Amino acid sequence: MYNKIAMIGDRDIILAFKAIGMDTYEATDAEQVSSLLKKLSKECAIIYITEDLAQECESVLERYKTKSYPAIIPLPSSKGSTGYGMEGIKKDVERAIGADILFNKED
Amino acid sequence: MAVGRLKVNPTRMELKRLKGRLKTATRGHKLLKDKSDEMIRRFVEYAKENKRLRAEVEEELAAALQSFVLAKAVSDEATIQEALAMPSKSVELELSTTNVMSVLVPKIEIKESNSRESYPYAFSEVTAQLDSSIMTMSGLLEKLIRLAEVEKTCNMLAVEIEKNRRRVNALEYVMIPQIEETIKFITMKLEENERGNIVRLMKVKSMLADKQ
Repeated sequence: MYNKIAMIGDRDIILAFKAIGMDTYEATDAEQVSSLLKKLSKECAIIYITEDLAQECESVLERYKTKSYPAIIPLPSSKGSTGYGMEGIKKDVERAIGADILFNKED
Repeated sequence: MAVGRLKVNPTRMELKRLKGRLKTATRGHKLLKDKSDEMIRRFVEYAKENKRLRAEVEEELAAALQSFVLAKAVSDEATIQEALAMPSKSVELELSTTNVMSVLVPKIEIKESNSRESYPYAFSEVTAQLDSSIMTMSGLLEKLIRLAEVEKTCNMLAVEIEKNRRRVNALEYVMIPQIEETIKFITMKLEENERGNIVRLMKVKSMLADKQ
């Protein structure tokens, strides 16, 4: 069923997500992530994934972009944000509008 | 831009058919363009919210995780594992889809179940630092889910806008010019035939007049 939240990440931080009630899965490389995703996409509505892992398997994530579920969301790890998530929003804006109008105001 | 004309016979019937197609294409083009405009307007709203939410979540989450990792370092691994192995609450979601310009986007609501208490362990076992990091994490849950919803909506809208733009462009720069050119070609051809016919009739008439 589609009503769970999953978190894929490294050992150190998935415990924190487990404590607030998510299903957690440990993964260290792109291969593990893609096989996990295949399994989880049938049962989870939201899958959070750490930014560094998301970066490694971008092509796999691209496949899930057009379906309404699951939503795969990159999150920063304990080391802080790498800017990958923001990059994703930027890419979406560029894709839709053709030019980046949200971000260039600041820099 | 030379687009070339369609390969059709220059007949009146074909002309009528093409005129009908041109009308449909122009109307479709206008509708799709309006749809595109509205989708972009909505998209910008979502994208702004997405950006704001993500900035907030990233900042708070990084802080919470940092304190979590620190708390983990202070106590020993086994204690923490034991303390958090059985979460006291499981999050359940209420899912549905909403229609944003005929794109079905997810709508996610939390249906928090059996939350007896937010800490799954006894306070004597672990440090206060862990307590505070877990507390922040629990507070963040709602934002995290909202972020998932908004970000997914953004993704889907972006893809749809791209598709729609391709359709609009195909109509504007290929279909419509092509049909217009073919219509012009057929009209010219028909006029040419008409002129040829008139000349022939005049010739016949003068030949008949000569005979008499």
